[in-house]
Amino acid sequence: MLSCSPTSTHHPHSTSSQHSHPQTQTDRHPSNAPTMASEKSSSDLTLLDFWVSPFGQRVRIALAEKSLPYEYVEEDLLAGKSERLLQSNPVHKKIPVLLHGGKPVNESLIIVQYLDEAFPDTPSLLPSDPYARAQARFWADYVDKKVYDCGSRLWKLKGEPQAQARAEMLEILKTLETELGDKEFFGGEHGFGFVDAAFAPFTPWFMSYEKYGEFKVAEVAPKIAAWAERVGKRESVAKSLYSPDKVYDFIGVLKKMYGIE
Amino acid sequence: MAGEGDLKLLGLLVSPFVVRVRMALSMKGVSYEYIEVDVFNKSEILLKSNPVHEKVPVLIHHGKPICESLAIVEYVDEVWGGAAPSILPADPYERAIARFWAAYIDDKLFPAWIGAVKAATEEEKAEKVSQTLAALARLEEAFAKCSNGKAFFGGDTVGYLDLALGCNLFWFETLREMFDVELIDEGRTPLLASWAQRFGEAAAVKDVVPNVDKAVEHAKKMRRMFVH
Repeated sequence: MLSCSPTSTHHPHSTSSQHSHPQTQTDRHPSNAPTMASEKSSSDLTLLDFWVSPFGQRVRIALAEKSLPYEYVEEDLLAGKSERLLQSNPVHKKIPVLLHGGKPVNESLIIVQYLDEAFPDTPSLLPSDPYARAQARFWADYVDKKVYDCGSRLWKLKGEPQAQARAEMLEILKTLETELGDKEFFGGEHGFGFVDAAFAPFTPWFMSYEKYGEFKVAEVAPKIAAWAERVGKRESVAKSLYSPDKVYDFIGVLKKMYGIE
Repeated sequence: MAGEGDLKLLGLLVSPFVVRVRMALSMKGVSYEYIEVDVFNKSEILLKSNPVHEKVPVLIHHGKPICESLAIVEYVDEVWGGAAPSILPADPYERAIARFWAAYIDDKLFPAWIGAVKAATEEEKAEKVSQTLAALARLEEAFAKCSNGKAFFGGDTVGYLDLALGCNLFWFETLREMFDVELIDEGRTPLLASWAQRFGEAAAVKDVVPNVDKAVEHAKKMRRMFVH
């Protein structure tokens, strides 16, 4: 059984025959290696990543929000982890890894904060008020602790454990719904912010959660559903994410690989 | 320095996460009202101020709650930014490294040693102790890199990562007393061993570390409640 910790930036392998390299995506977003990402960049940034990873996508969103050029490197996690990945993240051996002037920064939320701090002249994702920052850190941490892990249990498990995961997922969505309230973004007055970037990559996974959990996000958490739609239209998000169908297919590939019915 | 009016901390004396926050407040010389909460019988004020996790520490500043110890430490550093010393390093890359290892401590080290405290069998305890030692071995390497030959993870003075790890030390002594196991020792982790000594003596943090016997008492209570 795959196990991914809540703060995991590891993404499971996909079989090479079905692995879609970002540049061959015929999806609504044909390339996850946009023009600014394909050259060696003047900001000297390289991102080691895996196409469908929500954790990697957070970093891509942040880089796009800041209009920072970078080199995108797809780690073919099936072929085994590259030497560069293992050297850059020896502790967790996971993507995403941001290399800045060759120096590695690990853990997606830490990378996003780093980008705010290392590039202070770019639009920031964290707000400037200390209390608002603390709230943003709390909620991004909440998303990290809860969403991926619970979602994984939804599609991996059956029977009672799956029912439990379903109940938890509804609870998580309702809690986030309460936090979002009537705000356009989680960032509130700040606008699109840290928590939006942290949670947005999970929006294409909603369809899969809905199918496996037999519920509708629009019914359980209508404000979250509306937010997902809004945020999906934002350029930085739109060009970083893959469609719900692609995510659903990917889960199917994982299940087959791990012998889950 | 006054806590700027209205500052309360909901805590549990023996929680390393609470101790961590108290160390940060102590470093800044900030005064606050400390409220001990019964975590086995959660009070109204806790449930109201941290409805999501129902956990301590919770810092309540001007009536507004801040939760999660590392977020609280960053908040304290930012609000009392003028008060030396700075808790987080100034350099963005060093901050990223400090945050990485603090997360490692909470995600890997803490579950291992608390697992040893709660272990139902000798086998499970041995496994958890082994995981704790493995995590500390990583932190020994981290210390070598972060400290750059200086006294603390943060350099010449106690910083964010020192607090993140240092708040666990009294529990390592507790485990030594309860299970006769040496977690940080001069043989395996010489750098951490001498760092632990220096950290224990640092004026800013000394006063908020509880007595080991209180932690032992709490551990026994936890075992009575959770180990069957």
